[in-house]
Amino acid sequence: MQTIILYIGRDTEITAVMNRLLNARPEWKGLCVCKNEEAISICKEQHIDLVLLGNGIDQESEAELKNKLLALRPGLKIIQHYGGGSGLLYGEVMSAL
Amino acid sequence: MSQFILHKENTRGHANHGWLDAHHSFSFANYYNPERMHFGVLRVLNDDSIDGGMGFGSHPHDNMEIITIPLAGAIAHKDSMGNSAVIKNGEIQVMSAGTGVSHSEFNANADEQLNLLQIWLFPNKKNVTPRYDQQTLDVAARHNNFQQILSPNAEDAGVWIHQDAWFSLGKFDEGFETEYKIKKAGNGVYAFVINGEVTINGQVLSKRDGLGVWDTDSISFKANTADAEVLLMDVPMELN
Repeated sequence: MQTIILYIGRDTEITAVMNRLLNARPEWKGLCVCKNEEAISICKEQHIDLVLLGNGIDQESEAELKNKLLALRPGLKIIQHYGGGSGLLYGEVMSAL
Repeated sequence: MSQFILHKENTRGHANHGWLDAHHSFSFANYYNPERMHFGVLRVLNDDSIDGGMGFGSHPHDNMEIITIPLAGAIAHKDSMGNSAVIKNGEIQVMSAGTGVSHSEFNANADEQLNLLQIWLFPNKKNVTPRYDQQTLDVAARHNNFQQILSPNAEDAGVWIHQDAWFSLGKFDEGFETEYKIKKAGNGVYAFVINGEVTINGQVLSKRDGLGVWDTDSISFKANTADAEVLLMDVPMELN
């Protein structure tokens, strides 16, 4: 069974890289978006195992996003992704799960 | 009472990609060890050997303070901020990835091996404007002395980063003894032996061993061999 990981980050290039990295592993399915609204819409429609918060999300927007995602999916794991690429990704996901 | 953690050289993660022979003191890429995730805000300490002319093509980073110290050879760097530079042994490079930056890193020489330390620290502030800097260090100033090469302050010695961290490099004669005072209350020190054998707080360390010490305000140091070379990373123990 695949682990469904939702990534939200404002930088389109990094978001594309994250999409490639998350979907390169058969055990993961990555859904990668740049806007909060897109993330909330995905979360309404399907199960998510883990949310990774990427770059460029300001404090207010992050708080609002977390509140809305947790209202939809109480107990959802939401963590910060650092580094914008492959270096820390595997460790972050493994630690969170 | 001070606490410590010892990472012997042969317990590091190892990935040999042919052109790249990498040793990871902490979990990185496909090397995952839940006991080796970070030392305070120090998240990555990679010891990379890169074949002539080879390297990492353009790839992005964000929200990380990335420090590169060439130990042998030279690295050619290009980034999306317009920087293009060669950094060689005796120099230090720093990049605050912040909101996002792309860069490439290659061995600048076709016929010489490149060996570098790449160090990533969690920043003390997310989404800063990306920045780049490099400096040539006065190598003679680190003889029997911990020479500061990085700090949080732009006007202080060495490069600066978005974190309350201080790095020092020293190269010592056999038998030289000294004490290093931690720069900020609550910080710990991660010592990485580049060459030779040293004793820190009673722990004997060989080439490429690492020792993290915290809950103390100083560490004792002795060089056991000639040309012992050590990098000290004085970092906050609390994640921001």
